[in-house]
Parts: sequence; C-alpha cells; structure tokens
Amino acid sequence: MLFQENERQRKDLDKSMRSFIRKTWVIADFEIRKILHDPTEVLLRAVQPALWLLIFGQVMARTRMIPGENYLDFMSPGILAQSVLFVSIFYGIAIIWERDLGLTHKFLATPTPRTALVLGKAISAGIRCIPLMLIIYILTALLSVHVLWNLVNIIGVIFLLLLGAILFSTFSLIIACLVKTRERFMGIGQLMTMPLFFASNAIYPIDIMPGWLKIISHFNPLTYMIDGMRLLMIGTPSGFSLLTDYTVLALSSSVFVLIGGSLYKRVII
Amino acid sequence: MAIIETKKLTRTFGSSIAVNALDMSIEVGEAFALLGPNGAGKTTAIKMLTTLLPVSSGEAFICGFSITTQPKNVRRVIGYVPQMLSVDGTLTGMENLLLFARLYDIPSKECKPRVLDSLAFMGLSDAAKKPVREYSGGMIRRLEIAQSMLHHPAVLFLDEPTVGLDPIACKTVWDHILQLKKEYHTTILMTTHLMDEADHLCNRVAFMSRGTLVASGTPQELKDSIQKPGSTLEDAFIHYTSETLSEGNNFSAISRERKTAERSG
Repeated sequence: MLFQENERQRKDLDKSMRSFIRKTWVIADFEIRKILHDPTEVLLRAVQPALWLLIFGQVMARTRMIPGENYLDFMSPGILAQSVLFVSIFYGIAIIWERDLGLTHKFLATPTPRTALVLGKAISAGIRCIPLMLIIYILTALLSVHVLWNLVNIIGVIFLLLLGAILFSTFSLIIACLVKTRERFMGIGQLMTMPLFFASNAIYPIDIMPGWLKIISHFNPLTYMIDGMRLLMIGTPSGFSLLTDYTVLALSSSVFVLIGGSLYKRVII
Repeated sequence: MAIIETKKLTRTFGSSIAVNALDMSIEVGEAFALLGPNGAGKTTAIKMLTTLLPVSSGEAFICGFSITTQPKNVRRVIGYVPQMLSVDGTLTGMENLLLFARLYDIPSKECKPRVLDSLAFMGLSDAAKKPVREYSGGMIRRLEIAQSMLHHPAVLFLDEPTVGLDPIACKTVWDHILQLKKEYHTTILMTTHLMDEADHLCNRVAFMSRGTLVASGTPQELKDSIQKPGSTLEDAFIHYTSETLSEGNNFSAISRERKTAERSG
C-alpha cells in the first residue's frame, strides 16, 4: 500500500516537473518568435555597448590604467555583462505593459505554473542578449581584442549570460510586481542600474577599488558573471573560480524565480 | 445541477466593499449576464471566479471545484476573455492560438487541427497568418474568444465582450457567441452594461449595483416585475438600481475603459 502511494506521489511529481519544463519552454518559445517578428529593438540595443567599446574603451586604453594589461581586453567581457544587465533590468517594464494590456490576466487564468511563466520570460530575456553577444564578439574582433575563439568557451559564456539575464530580469519582475506602475518602475530601474554597474569589476578591477566598495562588489552578482566571462573570453585567471561564479548565479537566480513566481499574481491586483 | 455557485462571495479593497455577499447559482448551458453600471463590482466578481483575485470571504464553486482551495482545477475547466486586450499584437492570429493551445495541455498533435478549427469557427481563417496588430477590433475580440475556447471549457467568462466595438462588429461577435452556445453547450457568464446585449444573448440576467445583486431572473420576468406596460430591460434596470446609481467613476477605471475602447476601435 505504502509503496503504491509513494509510487503515485513520485509519478505526480514527475508529471508536474515535466509540465513545468514544457510550459516554461512554451513561454520562452513565443517570446523568441516576437523577437524574430520585430528584431529592431535588439539591434538598437547594440548601439550602447558599441559606444562603450569604440569610444570609452579606446580612450581609456591610452591611460594604461591596468599595468601590463590591454584595457580593451579587460573591458570587453565587462561590456558584454553590462549589456545583459541593461537589457534585463528593464524587463519589468514589459511585465507592467502586458498587465496594462490584459495579457497577464489571460496567462494567469490558464493552468500554467506561475514559476513557469516567470522563468519562461526570464529565459527569453537571456535569448534577447545572444544577438548582442554576437555583435560584441564581432566588434572585439575588429578592435583586435584577444578573444578566445573556442567553442567550449563560447558556450560557457552563453550559459553565464543566460544565468545573468534570468537573475536580473526576474529581479526586475519582482520590482515590477511591487511598484506596479511604469513611472515608479522607470525611476527605480534607473536607480538600480548604475550602482550595480559601478559596484562591479566591469570597467575597473576590484583590486583598485576603495575598501568599502570591494566589500559591496562581493555581494553583487554582476561581479561573478564578469569574473567568469573574463576567464572564458580572454583567459584572465578567475578571482573566485568558475565553479563559484556559476554557483552564485544559479543559486541566486533560483531564489529570485521562486520569489517572482509567488509575487507574479500580485501585478494584476 | 448548478455549474457555478457562489456563497456570500465578498471582496473588499481597504474600507470599500467591491462585491458584497454575492449569492448566485447558474445552471449548465445557461447564458447569464451580470448587468450593472461601471464600478458595480462585475469585473471584481469575474476576477474572483477566474481565480485571479483572492476572495475576502465567502466561497464559490465551478464544476464542483472550490475557487479558494482548488484553483488549479478551476483553471482547467474555464475559458476567460478579459475586458482588456489579451492577444499579442506582434504575433499572428495562428501563433496566438497555438501559444494558448499548448498552455492548456492540448496534446501536441491535436494543437494545429484544433487551432485551425477554431479560427474557421470564428471566421478568421483568411487572417490566420496576419499579425494581430493588423486586425480590426471585432476580429481581435473573435480571436480572443477562439483563444478561450480551444480547450472546450465547461464555462466561459466574457468580461464586457463588445466594449468599444462599432455596431456591425458587435453584431458579428454576438452571432459567434450564439453559435458557440448552440454548438458546444458552453455555460456563459458575461458582464455588460449594454441592455440590448444581455437581452439578446442571455436567458438569465442579474442586476448588480455597488457590489450587491439587486434583482435577477429572465429578461422577461424582470421587465414584467416592474408592472409598467411595454417596459424594457432598461426600465427594469433603472427601477432596480436608480437609488444606488452613481454618476462618477474613478480615474483608473475610466482610463482603462478608454484604453480598451481605443485599442479595439
């Protein structure tokens, strides 16, 4: 009897897990179709990282800020991570927009797990960043940055990018569910982006930061994403180990997706 | 057997009571309209029944499932067309339906035939591959209804199905709702503030005012009940709700309604 009961529970869990994965993919799939129908937004997003690399990077390279290292090499992974942050952190605005339209009501009235809705959308934010990554890789080739053109490394970077995008877009969704209006969200979005960016190792190394900023930067997930990307893109030895980078990102993304899943329904109230 | 049953269903927002101890019972195959002015609590009632809004007190059952303790089961047996736009403009009509077919767990082999069927049923086959942003207001409404019917739900909720539509588009939507009722015997619960619409589509109506159900019955019963020869549903409505009618409406409700009208117009 007990065995049958356990077996039944195991099957139920198996079924709900499969349903969760399938539904997550359905949501992501349709978000990708939307990008394919109208890729202008993704292309316009590439302008900002291009400016950072072509202008800021070229100028800063002349200051020889980091002795013995090519600044453009140092900065390129940071700019890729920055683009992921900027795309993802404003994702909440799309959530508020969908709520205003009425789509969210419709999604929530279907038998779809809330976490699947949240994770599906977060994955699509990551997929939105892949064309950006391609453009940044092309730019780095044009600027003769010493990028490791190795398939395993590139796949590793894509995984870091996806995890980072899931993390920051879900963080953004949580804020959207709490503040609920576009105006307030825009204010908070602006307020969050720059501190996250400056308290990371994106455009300067942690070593040269003042003590207090060093401490903050260790609590910033962006730091770990950049650390991993720098190792996989340029070959700079990791400050924390690649495993630490992936673990920090994966754990914090999971926590955020769970929180997002439980808050998502509040956006319509 | 009652397919929708509410028992003292109540929702409050702060100190204001949006829906006050709503008791109603709707039979299988009925088309039931909640009629009332803006702010009467119609949409709040629908949001609770579709499990989107937690109830403050009371209870309701849909196909025997409790909306408070079995919301997942409820979501499987209902279709819902919100008052606002609920399709994606960048996707085609076909893609919009496929998305929801998959969310409703329709087996993947059946998805496409089912989607094509419902597009044909709603008279949208020719526009299936066009992006929805090129659709007219009436076409969007029909697509939304098709989207909510893919899994052949036992109960369909329509929140102001013709808000912002011109009379011709309105008529087409009505025809399709009637056809749907005939073919699938779906139970329909709709909200509207158009008397004509309720009279034309529904076999039973209830008047709601300030969160309370003030009268209910067949349109004929309600017309007869005020004992004025030649009276219309509108006369009955004014009779039952005039004391509680309010002129105003809050800002967010008006802005939402205008936006909906603008998009579908």
